[in-house]
Amino acid sequence: MAEKIIMTEADMRRAISRIAHEIVERNQGCQDLVFIGMHTRGVPLAHRLARRIKEFEKVDIPVGALDISLYRDDLSSRGLQAEVHPTSVPTNIAGKRLILVDDVLFTGRSIRAALDELVDLGRPYSIQLAVLVDRGHRELPIRADYVGKNVPTSRDEDVAVKLRDIDGTEEVVIIRESR
Amino acid sequence: MTVSSGHRKQNREIEKRSGTTGNAVVQTEWHHRHLLDTDILSREEIELVFNHATAMEEILGREIKKVPTLRSKTIVNMFFEASTRTRASFDLAAKALSADVINITASGSSVEKGESLLDTVLTIQSLGADVIIMRHQCSGAPYFVARNVKCSVINAGDGWHAHPTQALLDMFTIHKHKNGLKGLKIVIVGDILHSRVARSNIHGLAAMGARVIACGPPTLMPVAGAFPAVKFEYDLDRAIQGCDVVMPLRLQLERQQGGLFPSTREYSRMYQVTPERLSRANPGAIVLHPGPMNEGIEISPEVAHGPQSVVEEQVANGVAVRMALLTLVLLGTSYGSFGK
Repeated sequence: MAEKIIMTEADMRRAISRIAHEIVERNQGCQDLVFIGMHTRGVPLAHRLARRIKEFEKVDIPVGALDISLYRDDLSSRGLQAEVHPTSVPTNIAGKRLILVDDVLFTGRSIRAALDELVDLGRPYSIQLAVLVDRGHRELPIRADYVGKNVPTSRDEDVAVKLRDIDGTEEVVIIRESR
Repeated sequence: MTVSSGHRKQNREIEKRSGTTGNAVVQTEWHHRHLLDTDILSREEIELVFNHATAMEEILGREIKKVPTLRSKTIVNMFFEASTRTRASFDLAAKALSADVINITASGSSVEKGESLLDTVLTIQSLGADVIIMRHQCSGAPYFVARNVKCSVINAGDGWHAHPTQALLDMFTIHKHKNGLKGLKIVIVGDILHSRVARSNIHGLAAMGARVIACGPPTLMPVAGAFPAVKFEYDLDRAIQGCDVVMPLRLQLERQQGGLFPSTREYSRMYQVTPERLSRANPGAIVLHPGPMNEGIEISPEVAHGPQSVVEEQVANGVAVRMALLTLVLLGTSYGSFGK
């Protein structure tokens, strides 16, 4: 398998900074914002965005974590992942502006599941989507509001986001299966 | 690293390589189509049940207590013996997962017309059941059914033999209070001989590394050697000394053939869990009861409703544990599309 780095640590830091500013700009401040990170790597990314906004706006934005395992649409064909994390959303999300955070946007199916789960938790004012990488190949009418990097990929490639808190290194790579 | 690709196999390999996050990393997969007793479960599999049950608890705390996970699955509650909490608990668990539930009891069904157990379950299977949850007065009946049907079978209590979901919810309750089960001293008090709850708990607790002491009158104890991992003790005051968990069992008057103990009055004098006896346990010890309680016989009302009792919590945990088990049996990683 061949790996190619498409974002370095510095690229990731700049992308997160830019997205943080875009979020504040588009929402005209931080009023009612809540970050929702998607397990696994969306959660630390959501915390980073919240920290970055705290640095320049001096506002604490609540961060929640969402596990969509029980809402997936391929449960009956693929089965359940071994481990399920409890969803933990800190505040009542009714009337809030939610920023859903994930690492890679691909088919859009996990986002569909996340939207279903969020709607079960309450009726937010709006839901926006922030991703570090958009690799294309959507199978549902879903798009991201904030994108760190658009990466054209082929279907038999993998995009892997590595975060220091989880993987020990900080980079985004494309993995090509050798055959 | 997270991976998004159409290549499932590669995905799985990458997931395995990088492991997962969170404090308790669960690496095991679920390999059981049926859940008939706890004696088939490894420590890792029991921890997997706890992991899923924790996620299910969060759902039960929501305003909308429903997830779409088991949509279009049919779950049949087949109870040939009386039950309030187990049946209601399975019913709620199935509904919280969006499954369709059918309830069948012996009275009012074709069983009354003399239909055999095999014919009854084959009929239910033909109607499209994905899981049969079964309680039966005969030990081993769910095993017989499991051998003859294609769907999953969950044992909700068979005779004197096993009651695995009760044991798992008891263990989950202890696990939550004591942050694990390894090394805990657990006293099960009462009619061990006739108790399916005790048997299933003993197997599961042994797998988790707890020290189990069975306490009761010698006539209500299983034969020596039945449970090598268990210590038997006939004096409750001595058994309860320094223990972390006390689990009095219901004195099952319907299962007594008579002559095994002189009177309920004498039984309660010697084996009732009272505040005085409980004071010999470790500080912070908890009291569980599988219910329904005979207050004043195996447990005093002060203990049953006292600060150390977790009986009501057990009932709530039961729904979460049964949700976890239904999901695992139907969607466990190694079964995937099993059944349909």
